[in-house]
Amino acid sequence: MSDFQHKVIVGLEIHVQLCTRSKMFCGCAVAFGEQANSRVCPVCLGMPGVLPVMNKQAFEYAVLVGLALNCEIPSFTKWDRKSYYYPDLPKNYQISQYDLPLAKDGFIQIPPAGGKKAKGKDEADSAQSKRIGIIRAHLEEDAGKNLHTAGNFSSVDLNRTGTPLLEIVSEPDLSGGAEARALAVELQRIVRYLGVSEGDMQKGQMRFEPNINLVITKDGKEFKTPIVEVKNLNSFRALERSIDYEVQRQLDEFLETGLVLEMGNKTTRGWDDEREVTVLQREKEEAHDYRYFPEPDLVPVELTDAWLDEIRGRLCELPLARQVRYVEEYKLSDYDAGVLTGERGTADFFESAVATGGEPKRVCNLLTQVGLKLANEKGCGVDELGVTAQSVADLAGMVALGDVSAGAAAAIFEAMAETGKEPRLLADELSLIQKSDAGELEAMVDEVLAANPQAVKDVTSGGKKSKKARGFLLGQVMQKTKGQANPKVVSEIIARKFG
Amino acid sequence: MEELSAKDLRERIAAGRITSVEATGAVFGRIDEREPVIGAYLSTYRETALARAAEVDRRIAAGEQVGQLAGVPVAIKDNMCSMFGATTCASRILENFHSPYNATVVKKLLAADAVIVGKTNMDEFAMGSSTENSGLKQTVNPWDTSRVPGGSSGGSAAAVAGRLCYAALGSDTGGSIRQPASFCGVVGLKPTYGRVSRYGLVAYGSSLDQIGPITQTVTDAALMMNVIAGHDPADSTSVDEAVAPVCDYLARLDEPVENLRIGIVPQLNSGADESVQRALNAAIDVYKAAGADIVEVDMPHSDYAIGAYYIIATAEASSNLARYDGVHYGHRSDKAEDYVEVYSKSRAEAFGKEVKRRIMLGTYALSSGYYDAYYLKALKVRNLIRRDFTEAFEKCDCIMMPVAPTTAFKLGEKVDDPLTMYLSDVYTIAANLAGIPGISIPCGFDENNLPIGLQILAPAFAEDKLLRIAKMFEAETDLHRKKPTIV
Repeated sequence: MSDFQHKVIVGLEIHVQLCTRSKMFCGCAVAFGEQANSRVCPVCLGMPGVLPVMNKQAFEYAVLVGLALNCEIPSFTKWDRKSYYYPDLPKNYQISQYDLPLAKDGFIQIPPAGGKKAKGKDEADSAQSKRIGIIRAHLEEDAGKNLHTAGNFSSVDLNRTGTPLLEIVSEPDLSGGAEARALAVELQRIVRYLGVSEGDMQKGQMRFEPNINLVITKDGKEFKTPIVEVKNLNSFRALERSIDYEVQRQLDEFLETGLVLEMGNKTTRGWDDEREVTVLQREKEEAHDYRYFPEPDLVPVELTDAWLDEIRGRLCELPLARQVRYVEEYKLSDYDAGVLTGERGTADFFESAVATGGEPKRVCNLLTQVGLKLANEKGCGVDELGVTAQSVADLAGMVALGDVSAGAAAAIFEAMAETGKEPRLLADELSLIQKSDAGELEAMVDEVLAANPQAVKDVTSGGKKSKKARGFLLGQVMQKTKGQANPKVVSEIIARKFG
Repeated sequence: MEELSAKDLRERIAAGRITSVEATGAVFGRIDEREPVIGAYLSTYRETALARAAEVDRRIAAGEQVGQLAGVPVAIKDNMCSMFGATTCASRILENFHSPYNATVVKKLLAADAVIVGKTNMDEFAMGSSTENSGLKQTVNPWDTSRVPGGSSGGSAAAVAGRLCYAALGSDTGGSIRQPASFCGVVGLKPTYGRVSRYGLVAYGSSLDQIGPITQTVTDAALMMNVIAGHDPADSTSVDEAVAPVCDYLARLDEPVENLRIGIVPQLNSGADESVQRALNAAIDVYKAAGADIVEVDMPHSDYAIGAYYIIATAEASSNLARYDGVHYGHRSDKAEDYVEVYSKSRAEAFGKEVKRRIMLGTYALSSGYYDAYYLKALKVRNLIRRDFTEAFEKCDCIMMPVAPTTAFKLGEKVDDPLTMYLSDVYTIAANLAGIPGISIPCGFDENNLPIGLQILAPAFAEDKLLRIAKMFEAETDLHRKKPTIV
C-alpha cells in the first residue's frame, strides 16, 4: 500500500440558469414552481413552424460572466443544434453552441480550499488564491422536466424548457472535492454579484457535473484511472462528497482491477444523496452522436467593440478582489472580509457605512454579528432591513466613543430594524447610554467601597482573591447604575483607588 | 368572373361591382365541380370563407377602408400554420394537428382582407417534385389529369390553374413553387431568402425554405408580394428593411427595364427537352425584340448544386422533423411498449417513404465522422454557387433558363425512381442555395399542349426588377390567358 502515490484530477462543468425575465428564445416568463406547463408558448413547446428569437439580455448576461471569468470574448459567435431524443426536449434538439462558444480561455481565482471555513478568524491570510482555467462558456436552452409519477406513464413539465442556461467548463485543474466546492461557491458569488443569476441550488439554478480521475504512480510507472462524470449534482455538499467518494472508489478499483483510462471507457455515474455513493448509470447501447450543425433559424451574433464595451461597463468589482481589498484597506481578517463580500448587497452596504464615517472594524462587527443574523432570520439582505448605512455608521461611532456597550449596540441595531429610528434616540429611549462621567461614577465607587469592606480588604491583600474582588466591586457599581456605567471607566476608577 | 385576375377582382369588389360573396360562392361552385378530379385541396372552409366575404362586402358597403386583397378568394399550402382547420403538411403524422397560432403570412393575408378558401395538397413535408408524396391525397394536373401537377406546392399550382382560387401561397425549398407553376401554366415566385417571414411555415430545409405566391399573372404575384413581404421580428432570418427595403411591387411594374441584359448559361440549357429549349429560345427572342442584350454567363459549380442541396436540405430536415415523435402532439403509435418505441413506432407508422428516405440521408450526412465530408463540403459548394451568381450578375440583370428539364410527367412515372425525381430539380435548386429570387412564368407549350415555364433569376432583393422583367414578357404574349382543358 505504501509504494504508490496518487494525484486527483477534477474538471467541472457548471450549468447556471440566467435570471432574465423571459426565456432564451421566446417571450415566456422564466419561472419556478408555477403550475406545470403554464409558462409555455408554441415556440418553447417546439410546435410545427415556430422560430426562435435570441434573448439579447441573456446573451449580454452570458458575456458578462465570460468577462468576469477573464475569458476571451470572440466578436463572432453562432448557434448550433444538438440532437437527441428525450421527452423533456420537445424539438428533440437543443439550441446550444458547439465550436464557437461566446467565451473561451479564461480563468477563475478561487480562495484556498477550506479557507473560508477556518475557525481562527483573525489569522492572517497567508494562503494564496488558486487560478483555475476556464475552457469555455456557452449559452443554451434548458430542457423541461420529466416527472416519473405513478403507473405506466411519465408526465412532462415544460415550464423550464427554454430557460437561458450558461454552461461553464473548467480545465481539469481542481485537486479534489474541496477545491471543486470552492470554485462552485466562488462562481455562485460571482453570478450573484453580477446580478445574472440567483444561483439558487434548491431551484436548480446551479447544477454541477464533475469529471474525475486519478494519476497513480506505482513502482515508478504512471497509471490513469478511467474518467468518471458524475451527473446533475445540485448542492455544494453533493459536489464535494461525490468527488471525494469517487477518489476513494477509483483508488480501490485500480488496486483491485488495475483498470486504466482508454478510449471510450469513460463512464457516467449518478450521486445517491441518501447512501452517499456514486452509482453507475445505465450505459447507452450506442455512443451518443449529437449531430451538431449550425442552427439555420438564428443568425450568428456579431459582437461589436461598442457593444462589448457597453457590457464591460456593467462589470463590478468581483467578490474575491473585494475580499482581498477589505483585508488590505480596512485591515479586516480574511474571514470577516469573506463574510462581508459574500453578497454584493452586504458589501455595498458595508462600504456605504464606512463612507459615511463608520470605523470599518466596528461596522464590520455590527454587520457580521448582528445585521447578517437579523437579515438571515428575516430572509432578506442586510441592506433590506430598513436600517440606513448612516445609522449603522453612527452606531459604530457610539460604540467607539464608549457611549454604548457592544451588547447594547446589538439591542439598538435590532430596534433600528424594527422602528427605523436613529441609534442615539433609541439608546436614550432604551436607557442604554453608558455613564462615563468620571465624577459621578467616582462617587458611586466610593459608596460601593464603603459598603463592602471585605472586598476592599481582599483587593489590598493581593493574590488570587484580589482579582475576583475587583470584579465584584465593578459588578456592584454596574448594578447600581442599572448597567449604564461604562465598565472601562469604572475599572479605571477602582484601579486608581487602590493606587 | 372566372377570367379575372386577383387584382382585377379586388378592384371590382372594392368598387362594389362584384361582391366578395358572389366571387367566393363562384369559387366554391367550381370547387364542387372540378375538385373531385383535380384534388388540389386538403381542406376547404366554405362557411367561414363566405362569412368573411360577407363581412368584407359589408365593410365596403359602409365605405370603410379595406385591404389589398379585400374579398379575394385565396388558398394556402397546408404547411402554413393556421388556427382554423388542420395543418397537416400532407402527412399522416400531423393529420389531426391543429395549430395554436397563425403563421405570419396567414396573419398578413387576413389583415389584407383576403378570403382563405382552403389549404392545398403538397408532397409530405414539401419533400418531392410531383405532389405524389402526399400522405393524404392525390392531385392531378388540370392540363392533363393523367399527369402530375409538379411539387411540392402542386395543390396550390393546380388550384390556381384550375381557377379554384384567385391566388395561392406556396413554399419553395428547391423549386417547389416554380416547378409546379411551370407544370401548371401559372406564375410562381420564390422571393429572396429572408424577404418573406417563415414564422409558421412548417420547416423542411430551414436555410432554403421561402414562401411565395402562385398566381395567374405577374401582376398578381406583385400584389401578393405587397401583402406578404417584409421583416418579421418573429423570424430572425427575415431581413431588416433598413438593409433591404420592401417596395410597392405594383408601382413600377409596367415600366420595362431599360438596357436589359439577360444572362444565359448555354451548357445548362442543353440538358432540357427540345420543346423546353425551343420555348426558352422563343421567349428570349421576345426580349431581344424588346431591345434586350443577351450575354453568356458561366455557372462553373452548377454540376454540384443537386448534391449540395440534397445534403443541406436533408440534414436540416432530419433535425426539423425530429419533433414529430408522438410525445407532444401528432400521431402516436398505440403499439409502443416504452418511450423509445413511442418515437420509433409513431414515426415508422406515420411518415411516408420519401420523408423517411430524406431523414435517413440527412442523419447520415450529419453523423460524426461524416460531417466534414458531406455537410461541411456541401456548405462550401453552396458558397461557390453563391459566388457564381454574384459574378454572373456583374454582367447581367437577370439569368434566364428552364424551370424544369421536362413538362409535367405522368402520374406514377417517377415515383419508384427517386434519383430521377431529384434530378428534375436541376434548374431550380441553385436559387435556393444562393438565396436569390426566381420566377417561373408561362412561356409556351409542348407537343402535348402541356405548359412550359420560363425561369428568370435575379440578384438578392431585386424582386421589384424581376417582376418588371417578367411583366415585359407577359405584356407581349397572351400565354397566361390560356386555360387548361378542365377549365
